[in-house]
Amino acid sequence: MAILTLLGWLGYNTWFNLKSRGIQSGFDFLTESAGFDIGEHFLLAFDSSDNYGWAFLAGLLNTLKVSILGLIISSLLGLLVGTGRTSPQTLIRWCSRAYVECLRNVPLLLQLLMWYVLLIEYLPSSETPYSWFNAIYLSQEGLSMPMLMWQPHESNAFFDVQLIWSWPTMDRFGIHSDMNLSPEFIALTFALSLYTSAFVAEIVRAGIESVPKGQIEAAKSVGLNNFQISRFVVLPQAAQLIRPPLTNQYLNLIKNSSLAVAIGYPDVVSIANTALNQTGRALECISILMTLYLMLSLMVAWGMGRFKDASSLAIEKDQEAQDRAQQRPHRTGTSHA
Amino acid sequence: MHDQMPHHEHSMVSSHFIKAAHQPIQARSWRTLAHRTGLEFKRHPYQSSLSIILFALLSLSGWAFFEWGVLNAVFLPDEAACQLARPEGACWGVIAEKYSLILWGRFPFEEQWRALTAVVMIMLTLSLSASGAMWRHGHRSWLYVSWVGCALFFEILMSGTFFGIDIHLGLTKVESELWGGLPLTLLLSIVSIALATPLGILLALARTSDMPLLKTFASTYIELVRGVPLISVLFMASFMFPLLMPGLKSPDVLLRVLAGITLFSAAYTAEVVRAGLLSVSAGQVEAAQSLGLGYWATQRYVILPQALAHVLPGLVNNFISIFKDTSLVTIVSLYELTGALGLALNGDANWRPFKLEGYLFIGLIYFCFCFALSHFSQKFQHSQHHHS
Repeated sequence: MAILTLLGWLGYNTWFNLKSRGIQSGFDFLTESAGFDIGEHFLLAFDSSDNYGWAFLAGLLNTLKVSILGLIISSLLGLLVGTGRTSPQTLIRWCSRAYVECLRNVPLLLQLLMWYVLLIEYLPSSETPYSWFNAIYLSQEGLSMPMLMWQPHESNAFFDVQLIWSWPTMDRFGIHSDMNLSPEFIALTFALSLYTSAFVAEIVRAGIESVPKGQIEAAKSVGLNNFQISRFVVLPQAAQLIRPPLTNQYLNLIKNSSLAVAIGYPDVVSIANTALNQTGRALECISILMTLYLMLSLMVAWGMGRFKDASSLAIEKDQEAQDRAQQRPHRTGTSHA
Repeated sequence: MHDQMPHHEHSMVSSHFIKAAHQPIQARSWRTLAHRTGLEFKRHPYQSSLSIILFALLSLSGWAFFEWGVLNAVFLPDEAACQLARPEGACWGVIAEKYSLILWGRFPFEEQWRALTAVVMIMLTLSLSASGAMWRHGHRSWLYVSWVGCALFFEILMSGTFFGIDIHLGLTKVESELWGGLPLTLLLSIVSIALATPLGILLALARTSDMPLLKTFASTYIELVRGVPLISVLFMASFMFPLLMPGLKSPDVLLRVLAGITLFSAAYTAEVVRAGLLSVSAGQVEAAQSLGLGYWATQRYVILPQALAHVLPGLVNNFISIFKDTSLVTIVSLYELTGALGLALNGDANWRPFKLEGYLFIGLIYFCFCFALSHFSQKFQHSQHHHS
């Protein structure tokens, strides 16, 4: 009852305030022309005459782009460092420990700003970039790489395409490339992946340490080598324990990608912020933002749940098969009797 | 076979000892060193080579950092020398030049001793709370008293008034908009931790209770909040909160942001506490009830002490996250440490290129606090293991 009264009171206040300030409300602004440009867009085209709804979609795709890359890199790095934490080599163990502590104990926002400043201030300008074999250029403008492109043939038929490499070229106006990663994107990817990898590493370590020592000794006595032991004995068992906290870290990574607004990467939060400042519809913009993030979180949680079902089903099946194998002589025995 | 084993083992051990005794001392100490560090090429060929490569890389990058940070660095607040040293040498002079703006934000220069005293007081109270002796039964009330005293003194020192009432101490009034830097970071994190923890406990109790309405409300709240990023909550606090409040006047931005962080972190605290509540066996509740304890008495004296002790590492991790998360308030224009650094360097074209050094400096401050907290939690865990 108390909660309902509180919600009603808040609702009444909002209605009263909106009315007395003469603020327009409603989601109709989504079809209006946005009037601002988005620096980089992924998979779909965008220019300033497109509407706000399209801008939100472009922002969401940018969020997804950085999150997915971050998920992959942080998982790999986390696995590497987490295994390093359990290494018999003191130096490897110390380095992994230092890596984890340094990254975990400094706010992500600060790390993000640091990477960004490092890219912006300490790299050469685009007139004199670092270059590797005239294929990869690194400068303040970002990273330019060769990319595989679809090129339609003369006949324009759908299947009549050829794959060609598009190489970045450099003239006195700068670098021209089809595959250019902006410094904002690189900084965000780096910061997100490194920060999350420290947490993933700790989860991986806890998982590995939870596997009883006898298992490893048994595997050794069967003659498996070190790689086989970690691949077939330790990691599958650790995975069971790792999955739930890992899901949390993945969700955190996606939510943390919202820090992009601090360095001006056009993710969905930046777009919502711009839209909010232009239209003044705070309620609508923030609720769209929250709904989008909730949907993303639900999707990831659902995906990791599926993964759990798959892995636990496999183990259950295994268990059933073992049970059956053990029970068979018993059953046949009873039927004979 | 069975009774021969011990004998066999014994002979192996003794022969090992004899061998070791015959070796020169130098060689033996090398061997133990190799054994301790794991650098045994015969036993772990790949990992040992990896170690060597890592060592080479580390010494190279360590030397490069030493060159940049110490050998070629400028330590005096001399802008021309800093520009000359760039980019081969660091410019620590920027911190000597700007430290007061970085640490205290826009707090009036003549009054900065007050901010310093406030921070020192908080640190003293913190270190008092970290000592195990204070947590023993008879001393605990002193801890509460010192925290309440600390909070009151903080308010009086920082604002110069007693919650807006002038008490004629001869201190000039400083509006909370001018608070910044380290005191603001500490204020935001300590107050949100202090408020979010009880709120989180209540939410966790609601989520594990038998009342369906309460349970639904608590789980919906927790899952909703955990599904959105903190920035959206902060945007809400600064743009939407004024709309939710009665009248056209709204509380100042510091209070709104505090409320935002508290409500946000309460959801995370609730999940940690809930894990602890679930770890306490149902028999404990039944035993308490059979003694005639009511719901609140059962929770207060039987369940919560056990539950919270179980999840203390998780709770401390949560505190660390809150502490780090306060850096986000810079996005809604509050000048805590991260924001104050931007304030100090963005407006000054001469010193703007040396942001990296500034970031490293405040990064070190954050690191010290977080590392101390996690160290405390590990120590506590260790002592608990000893007790049990």
